[in-house]
Amino acid sequence: MKVFVTALTPILLTIAPAAAQDHSAHTQTSPTQTTPAEDAVPHAGHDMQMPSESSSPAAAGDGPASAADLYFDPIVMARAREQLRIENGEVITHAVIVDRLEATSSDGVEGYAWDVQAWYGGDINRLWWKSEGEGAFDGDVEHAELQFLYSRAVTPYFNLQGGVRQTSRPAGDRTDLVLGIQGLAPYWFEVDGDVFVSNEGELTARAQAEYDLRLTQRLILQPRGEVSLSAQDIPEFAIGSGVTNVLVGARLRYEITRSFAPYVGVEWSGAVGDTRNFIQSNGDDPNTTRVVLGVRALF
Amino acid sequence: MNPDRRTLLKLAGGAGLASLTPLLPAWAQSGSAGIAPTLPTLSGADIALTVGHTPFSVGGRNGHAVTVNGTLPAPLLRLREGQTARLSVANTLDEDTSIHWHGILLPFQMDGVPGVSFPGIRPRETFVYEFPVRQAGTYWYHSHSGLQEAMGHFGPIIIDPTAPDPVAYDREHVLILSDWSFLHPHEILRRLKASPGYFNRQRTTVAGLLSGDDRMSAEERRMWAGMRMDPRDILDVSASTYTYLINGHGPSENWTGLFRPGERVRLRIINAAAMTIFNFRIPGLPMTVVQADGENVRPVETDEFQISVAETYDVIVQPTEDRAFTIVAEAMDRSGMGRATLAPRLGMTADVPPLREVPNLTMRDMGMDMGSMAGMTGMDHGGMDHGGGMNMRDPALAPPNMAVGVGVQSISPMAENRLSERPTGLENVDHRVLVYTDLVALNPNRDTRPPSRTMQIHLTGNMERFMWGFDGRRFSELVEPIRFAPNERVRVTLVNDTMMSHPIHLHGHFFELVNGHPGNQPLKHTVNVAPGGRVSFDLTADNPGDWAFHCHLLMHMHAGMFNVVTIRPLDEAAS
Repeated sequence: MKVFVTALTPILLTIAPAAAQDHSAHTQTSPTQTTPAEDAVPHAGHDMQMPSESSSPAAAGDGPASAADLYFDPIVMARAREQLRIENGEVITHAVIVDRLEATSSDGVEGYAWDVQAWYGGDINRLWWKSEGEGAFDGDVEHAELQFLYSRAVTPYFNLQGGVRQTSRPAGDRTDLVLGIQGLAPYWFEVDGDVFVSNEGELTARAQAEYDLRLTQRLILQPRGEVSLSAQDIPEFAIGSGVTNVLVGARLRYEITRSFAPYVGVEWSGAVGDTRNFIQSNGDDPNTTRVVLGVRALF
Repeated sequence: MNPDRRTLLKLAGGAGLASLTPLLPAWAQSGSAGIAPTLPTLSGADIALTVGHTPFSVGGRNGHAVTVNGTLPAPLLRLREGQTARLSVANTLDEDTSIHWHGILLPFQMDGVPGVSFPGIRPRETFVYEFPVRQAGTYWYHSHSGLQEAMGHFGPIIIDPTAPDPVAYDREHVLILSDWSFLHPHEILRRLKASPGYFNRQRTTVAGLLSGDDRMSAEERRMWAGMRMDPRDILDVSASTYTYLINGHGPSENWTGLFRPGERVRLRIINAAAMTIFNFRIPGLPMTVVQADGENVRPVETDEFQISVAETYDVIVQPTEDRAFTIVAEAMDRSGMGRATLAPRLGMTADVPPLREVPNLTMRDMGMDMGSMAGMTGMDHGGMDHGGGMNMRDPALAPPNMAVGVGVQSISPMAENRLSERPTGLENVDHRVLVYTDLVALNPNRDTRPPSRTMQIHLTGNMERFMWGFDGRRFSELVEPIRFAPNERVRVTLVNDTMMSHPIHLHGHFFELVNGHPGNQPLKHTVNVAPGGRVSFDLTADNPGDWAFHCHLLMHMHAGMFNVVTIRPLDEAAS
């Protein structure tokens, strides 16, 4: 199959322009080859007669900065200019992304989980809020966290994020400083990687990635993976140093609208290394497989 | 049958359009016999316009519009070359408004751009525009405040020439194209910022790969995905929220314009959409293009043309048969169409052609040469996204004044002059298609001086963040204006570093499109720069003052693709 596709691609790519030229022969479309060279800019070296790309004549800097000030109250014009500036680029807006809001079932234990984000701000600077957690319907919240972050766009695809995280578990709470990167990797992977330093001095990290595989325009399979790490043992939370946990899952959603998509899915999570030993010594199962039923929403 | 106006009104009522009637100016009502002196257009020395809120219905749904004199589209203004236009605009909104006279040559302080030409019109205030009318042709007017234009604040202008019109016709109709959404335009923009593909329901899928319907191999998809580029990102906002209107009528309302077989019918077509580039055709009826952007061109016959946002085209059609013809304004992304009818009698319809297949963008739309790509693809796919000449964001290719930051997703390595190429989606259609090199000014260009300097402006963007700008900057970042001296002759080259089309509009001037017809370069106020392409125009900066210069895709402008052109020193007499 791969060989076939590889062989086909160059053929497809050469057919396309050839076909376009075929048609141009019997329409008004001039062939591409006769493209006028008039737009040649000096450094392209095509047109010796063209003058250089130079700055505007000195006279062009004369006169008032705002010509309309000659006709209208300059104070009123200054206000209008500021409004113009805001209306052409400074879009301050917000979004709420409910990535996962789901009921879970694992070995007869019914529970719930959520992963919600929201942001407010402009193109570069945003306030970002994230929350995720899980619990059993007939028990405590097993794990709940809330992050408040400042997010700054640093590359076309990635944001640098920093702030604080508050985590609650039955065994105790933690407050962490967070430093992370969130964005879009090549091949359309949504990724998020964070490093945490807790108020107890513990260093942990987490990386996650998800991908939207469009089966049809509305039916989307979303594989998702997550890896957690710790620089030290944290016995009270049954966390060992090294890679602590690996999670993989897949959710199949149907976008009734872009803003509302119910889904079903399955997720496997396994403790690794010393963490696994901690969990096993507590008499718990280090692996969990869950069936999930939920909804993804965008507001 | 030659229906007089009374018959028409009766017919309109009989066809159940009575409820629509008050919301449409007479020329835009279905069954229009055309623009005739008997129809109530607004003309004369004093014209009063009122901007306000109006309910609007289309497709059986009710929405809220911002209108001029209570109609969507706004009244037709019929002016005469040589007259002085005096237009008083009253604002009954609770927010500022404005009217920009698109394509009209006038003193800058009458151009109607708040913050550039004047302060804007405050709520419950009236502003009187007054300017001499120095030109003839088809133009339009619209709000330049916020996103009011997207809510219905636009209308047509016809200026009759003093000299005999070189275009002969027996009847004329205005066709003003637009896109209507029941979502507020600010909400549309918010969703685009939150999820740039929000309105795109035509992306490539696994199903499309398996069935072959996507017309794209797995290897090509992999290449696009590696670049984080979507080959189906044709228009940002689609029929998933838009209803495409012709003269304020949705496809099911089917606006109908009348003709008598054998007549030469002049259609004045205006694209007043906020975000939609249309491909326009009338199946079975060849069109002779006689005017572009209000300026006469040598007649050229075609079967289809692309009309970018804010452009106008006048065409002559001569239907000889006693039958109806469907007017098709298909959105460039093929997600929907505006539909209307030309017919000898009201109630007649013709077949409505189905939407054609969604176009796929190519490497050429990224400003990458197709020929060498084919070779590269065959040899080494890995080279595409990182490596040498095919780097899609090489800052070394940017001019020194360009800011290569977060807002620049790509820089076209080989942006080509694409004026002779058929526009997006029409590459392979089986009939004649107008291309920009077909446009030749009817009259010789007045300024024959060679340009004294050149200037390059890059059209930049980041589709993932929905950021747009010139030379890598949004206008909000306090950019330097583009400066010209009076009567300076400059060749400006626009380089499209993005994969989207951008209709670039300069206020207060016509520029000459450098399209291979020296001496008769067509005059335009708006030019569509093809994805990954470049366009040059010669400008004689003969109108001192401050002028807006921007992408006319309203959301692109609002996201930052805007700047001010200053021409200094000002005429001493003006101050």
